[in-house]
Amino acid sequence: MVLENQEIVRIEGIYKEFPGVLALDNIDYQIYEGQIHGLVGENGAGKSTLIKILTGALQPTNGEIFVNGKKVAINDPIDAQNLQIGAVYQDLTVAKDLTVAENFFLGQIPKNRFGFVDWKKTVNKTAEVLRELNIDVDPNMILNKLTAAQKEMVLIAKQYFKKYRVVIFDEPTALLTSKDTEELFRAIRKLKKEGVGIIYISHRIEEIFEICDTVTVLRDGKKIACMPVSETNLDDLISRMVGRDVSDMYSISHQDLSKEIFRVESFSKTGAFRNINFDVHSGEIFGIFGLVNSGTAKIVRAIYGAEPFEQGNLYIDSKKVRINSPLSAVANGIGFLPEDKKTEGLATKLSVRHNINLSSYLTISRLGFVNRKIENTNAQEQVKALNIKTPGIEQIVMNLSGGNQQKVILAKWLVNRCKIFIFEEPTAGIDVGAKEEIYKILEILINNGSAIIIISSYLPELMGIADRITVIYEGTQMETLSRNKFDEKRLLQLASGVNFNEKNER
Amino acid sequence: MNKNRDKKMMANNKKFTGRFQEINIFLVLVVLVISLAILNKRFISIENISNLLRSTSIIGVVAIGMTFVIISGGIDLSVGSVLALSSVIAARLMTSGVPIYLSILISLVTGAIAGLIMGVIIYEAEVPPFIVTLAGLVVFRGIAMLLTSAKKIIGLPVSFTHFAVVKVLGLPAMAIVWLLLIAIGVVVARFTVFGRNIFAIGSNQEAARLSGINIRASIYKVYALCGFTSAIAGVLMAARLAGGSPSAGSGYELDAIAATVLGGTSLTGGIGGVFGTFFGTMIIATISNGGNLMGINPFVLEIIVGVLIVLAVVFDHIPKRSGTKLKIKTEE
Repeated sequence: MVLENQEIVRIEGIYKEFPGVLALDNIDYQIYEGQIHGLVGENGAGKSTLIKILTGALQPTNGEIFVNGKKVAINDPIDAQNLQIGAVYQDLTVAKDLTVAENFFLGQIPKNRFGFVDWKKTVNKTAEVLRELNIDVDPNMILNKLTAAQKEMVLIAKQYFKKYRVVIFDEPTALLTSKDTEELFRAIRKLKKEGVGIIYISHRIEEIFEICDTVTVLRDGKKIACMPVSETNLDDLISRMVGRDVSDMYSISHQDLSKEIFRVESFSKTGAFRNINFDVHSGEIFGIFGLVNSGTAKIVRAIYGAEPFEQGNLYIDSKKVRINSPLSAVANGIGFLPEDKKTEGLATKLSVRHNINLSSYLTISRLGFVNRKIENTNAQEQVKALNIKTPGIEQIVMNLSGGNQQKVILAKWLVNRCKIFIFEEPTAGIDVGAKEEIYKILEILINNGSAIIIISSYLPELMGIADRITVIYEGTQMETLSRNKFDEKRLLQLASGVNFNEKNER
Repeated sequence: MNKNRDKKMMANNKKFTGRFQEINIFLVLVVLVISLAILNKRFISIENISNLLRSTSIIGVVAIGMTFVIISGGIDLSVGSVLALSSVIAARLMTSGVPIYLSILISLVTGAIAGLIMGVIIYEAEVPPFIVTLAGLVVFRGIAMLLTSAKKIIGLPVSFTHFAVVKVLGLPAMAIVWLLLIAIGVVVARFTVFGRNIFAIGSNQEAARLSGINIRASIYKVYALCGFTSAIAGVLMAARLAGGSPSAGSGYELDAIAATVLGGTSLTGGIGGVFGTFFGTMIIATISNGGNLMGINPFVLEIIVGVLIVLAVVFDHIPKRSGTKLKIKTEE
C-alpha cells in the first residue's frame, strides 16, 4: 500500500436541496491519495448527487469543498477538470467513431510545424500510456469496435494520461463480465498505485470488499457510516444501507388475490434470461426486482413482444396466447409503460388527445376514419379521471411534467381497456407528489381487477406496493417472496447473487 | 418548481409558434398575392390565375405525397423519377392501343408499387429512407430511359392530351385534380387512423411501436402513397407534354421538399400538414409567376425562394432550440 496518505479532496457539511427533497444532508467525505473509497447506498440515497457536485454538474445548497486543503468552488465540469477530478461514466462520453488515439487527445491533438495533425506523436504517446497500464488495445482502433470492457479501459487510460488526481467510477462493472471485471480492477489498482484518489460506486456490494479501502454508506441523503472495509462485512453493510421503515408512504390497500389472469412459463433467451416462471392474479401487483442490468427489463419486454425470446409460453385467463409483437400484446389487453417516457412512451410532439388515443384508433374508427367525438371524449375523461394537469387536451405532451406524462401513457392503456399492465420503473424521475398519485392509480387499477407487473430497482417502493416479489439475478429467477415474507436484506442478497440461506430465516 | 416554470414557459412559447406558423405561411401568401395584384393588374386576371394553378398542379400533387412521407419522419427523393416512369408507361400503353383509362390505372399502380418496394426495403432492411429513395431516384429514371431509349413517346390520343387544356367550372381540369387531391390529403392526414399513425411514427417511432401501432403497414403505405401521387403527377405531365418524356420531373424532389418545408412540415417528422404544403407550393409558384410578370430576373426569384425556405426552417427550429437548452438545465 501507498504510504498514507495525503488528502486530496475534502467535502465538509454538504447540503443539497431539490424542491421538496433534501438530497444530501450534511455530508462529509474525504479522498486520499492512493485510496479507493467506496460509496454505497440504495437508489435515491444521494450517491449520484454527491458525484455531480464533485464534477461540477450540480452546485451544493450549502457546504464547502477543499482541494489540497484550499477551498474551491466547482461551478462547472471545466472547473472539475482543472482541479484534476475526472469520472468514468457508464454512458461513455466519447467520440465513438474516432480512434482510441484520437479520443485520447480529443480537443488537444498535437500539431506538427505545418499545422497538420502530428499522427505519429498522437499514436505513439497513446500506445505508450496503454502499454504502461498493460492494456492490450491498438491505438488506431475505432472506439466503437472495442468491447464494453475495452472501452472502459481506454477511458481509464485517458484519465491516467491526463494525470487526474481523483477519478470517479460510477457503476463501472454494470456492463462487464466477471473476467473483464478482473481486468478493470487491475487497471484501477494501477491508478491507485500512482497515487490517484478513487471514488468507487457499485450496486454489487461484494466488489466493495474486493477493491475498496474505505466505504461510505449513504441513506436518504444522510451519511450513515464511513469505515475501513476491514471493519465491516456484507451483511452489516446491507443492513446499514437499508435500515428504514418503508411501510408508510405506500399505503395501497391490497386485494384478496382471486383468479389468475396471466401466467409466464419457462421463458428463456440465451444470454439474457432463462426459465422464468410466474403468474399474476386479478387484483395483484407483482414485483420483479433486480439490480441494474440483471435482465428484468429484457424479460418484461420479451413478454410484451417488444424483444425476441426463444422459449416459453404465455397464458391469459388460462388460455395460451402468442405474442410476438407489441401489436399482438396490445390486442391481448396488455399495456406497457416503459421507463424512459420521452424516448419510448410518448409521441412528445403530439397532443395529449393524440397520445391518449394512440393505441385505440383501430377501435374508435370506421372504415379507417377516426371518430373524433369518441376521441375527444376519451381524452377528456382520462384527463379528469387521472387528474392530468394540462391546459387542455390539445396541449403538446412535451410540455407536461414527468408525472403527468406518465399519466398520459397510463391513460392510453386505460382507453384501450387493458387488464394487464407492465410498468418499468414506474416512478423513475418523477417527484414525490406525483409518485403518490401514481400509487393511487395503481390502487384503482387493482381494485378494478387488473393485474400489474412492476419491475423496479428501487426496493423500498417495490416492497411497499407489491403483493409478491420475484428476484432476478443475472437473468436467473432466484426466489419469489410473498408480502408477509418481504425482507429487504434478504431481497438485496438475492439480487446480488448472494445465496447464503441463514437457517433462522426459513 | 423551477422545472415547472421552465416547462410552462416552453408551453406558451410552443403554442404561440405552433399556431403562428400555420397562420404565418397563409399570411405570407395573402400579402404576396395582394401586393402582386397591386403592382401588376395582369397578375390577378382570371387567365393568369388559371395558368398559375395549371402550371403548379403537377409539382403540387407530388408535394402531397412528399408531405406524408416527411410527416412520418422519412423522405422520398425518388418522386421525380417515379413521375417520369409512370408518365412513359402511360404513354407507351396508350400509343400501343390500350384504352386510356386502363393505361392510366396501370401507370398509377406502377407508381404505387415503386413506392411500396422502397417502403419494404426501408422497413425490412432498416436502410435510411434517404439512401433507399436516392437509389430509387437513379433506378426508376434508368428504367424510364430504358423503356423509351431515352426518347420522348409521342402520338398520344387527343382525347387524353386535351385534358391539359380543358376547363371545368372555369378552372383548369389539372388544377381541379390538384385541389381535389389536396382536400383528400387533408382529410386523410386529419381524420383517418392512417394519418394519426403517420404522425405518431414521425414523432416517435419507438413509442408508436410500443403502443401497438403497426409500423410495417404504415411505412409500406406511406411510401406507396407517395409513389401513387407521383404517378398521378406523371399522368398529368404526360397530358401536358402530349407525350411520355423519360426526363420529365427531374429535380422535382427538391421542389416538393421545399414546398413541404415552407408549408410548415417539420423535416424531423411528426409535425405538419397537407394544407400547409398547399400554401407552400402556392407561395413558390406565385413568386416565380408574379416575378416573371414584372420582369424580375428569374435567378433573383430563385434566391428569394431559397431565403424563404431557410426562414421557414428557422421558424421551425427556434422553439426546439430553446427547448433543448431548457431541457439541459432541468435535467441537471
